[in-house]
Amino acid sequence: MIAIVDYGAGNLFSVKNALDFLGFESAISSEKRQLDNAEKLILPGVGAFPDAMRKLEAAGLAGAIAAMAREKPLLGICLGMQLLFQWGHEFEKTKGLGLIEGSVERIEAPGLKIPHMGWSDIKKGAACPLSDGIQEGSRLYFVHSYKAVTDMANISLYTEYGGLVPGLVFNGNVFGCQFHPEKSGGIGLRILKNFGELT
Amino acid sequence: MLAKRIIPCLDVRDGKVVKGINFLGVKDVGDPVELAMLYNKMGADEIVFLDITATHEGRGTMADVVRRTAKNVFVPLTVGGGIRDTDDFRALLRAGADKVSVNSAAVKRPGLISEAATIFGSQCVVVAIDAKLVKPAGSDGAARYNVFVHGGRIDTGKDAVEWAAEAERLGAGEILLTSMDTDGTKSGFDIDMLNAVCSVANIPVIASGGGGQPEDFVDVFRKTGADAALAASIFHYGDMDVSKVKGVLADAGIPVRILY
Repeated sequence: MIAIVDYGAGNLFSVKNALDFLGFESAISSEKRQLDNAEKLILPGVGAFPDAMRKLEAAGLAGAIAAMAREKPLLGICLGMQLLFQWGHEFEKTKGLGLIEGSVERIEAPGLKIPHMGWSDIKKGAACPLSDGIQEGSRLYFVHSYKAVTDMANISLYTEYGGLVPGLVFNGNVFGCQFHPEKSGGIGLRILKNFGELT
Repeated sequence: MLAKRIIPCLDVRDGKVVKGINFLGVKDVGDPVELAMLYNKMGADEIVFLDITATHEGRGTMADVVRRTAKNVFVPLTVGGGIRDTDDFRALLRAGADKVSVNSAAVKRPGLISEAATIFGSQCVVVAIDAKLVKPAGSDGAARYNVFVHGGRIDTGKDAVEWAAEAERLGAGEILLTSMDTDGTKSGFDIDMLNAVCSVANIPVIASGGGGQPEDFVDVFRKTGADAALAASIFHYGDMDVSKVKGVLADAGIPVRILY
């Protein structure tokens, strides 16, 4: 069973719909025990970094998720991906979950519209099981104003928008998608399927 | 690099698609969910539902249409038509919409844009503007376009370009600009009106009204700063499909999302 972590920050049902469509058993939960029993975790998120971290901490889940990520696969989506890093810089410097080395910074793209919103073409970086079968040049759906800044060794898919923008990041069995796999058509579903099939 | 988006729009009344459509392989030609699934398969980058239901009772059916679509279609969904307050936003977002578009209610009460942006985020607030040329460009200045509301029946006297800029300041994440002069003509998008609005907008602009041939889509992306183009009837009658339009755009060197 895949548990979708509910901490009051968005897009839970879209992710659930996609997992249902793919035939993976999943549950939306904020119960530590249920998260503990799940085989895999998905950390979604829409909103701002500091507020989301506060909500995770208030729910008593920040430390718990970081601990669980040592034992089972974890996938952060959009803001959920950003929270995997050590630091966020949205409004104020905020400590993240620290599961992947790096920080989250505002996109600097002179002459381009912010947020970076729409279907962006991707390039492949380091090999990772979630990007299996994904072709370079495929397009994924992004909506964000902040991006991860991390070592290339942690980046499996990326796009260009006023510089390099990580799309799929990973560290061991911790994964993060800046794009919305649940809104990225067949390519996004393939990435979720790859996650669901991890053993 | 971002792709230019092609967005089919479905007019829905009491949970049924309004215009007659005859596609092969669609069981119920009036079912918006089936059509959305078909458009998705053809490569639509986003799907817009415009609710033209007049009665209050019929309104609940739109949330149901969105809910059923969101279980089967995994591209962004935008819903508009008759949105009055943030409760309407919440109901549709909960049902699975990614964006909600507001038109008349925002003109009447611009604060709705900032309220919705604060609660749900700018990325899901689309401001739809129906505009019409009221004074052509001349020696005495630039062309003037006015904002019309209530399905284009009422001239608000508001300048469309100024309204677009104001909507952005209030927190809109996107502008959906429909030219009432080209809408339904299939003679091409309103390049001049789009340029006027794009010149003040720092948020994406969706061009609407007039797309009839694939070349019209090439034109709108070559000649204006529009980020997306929306069309309804041309996709409905089956003589042109989304993938065909995208093929022509790709051949013209315009970045589009092509399904592999």
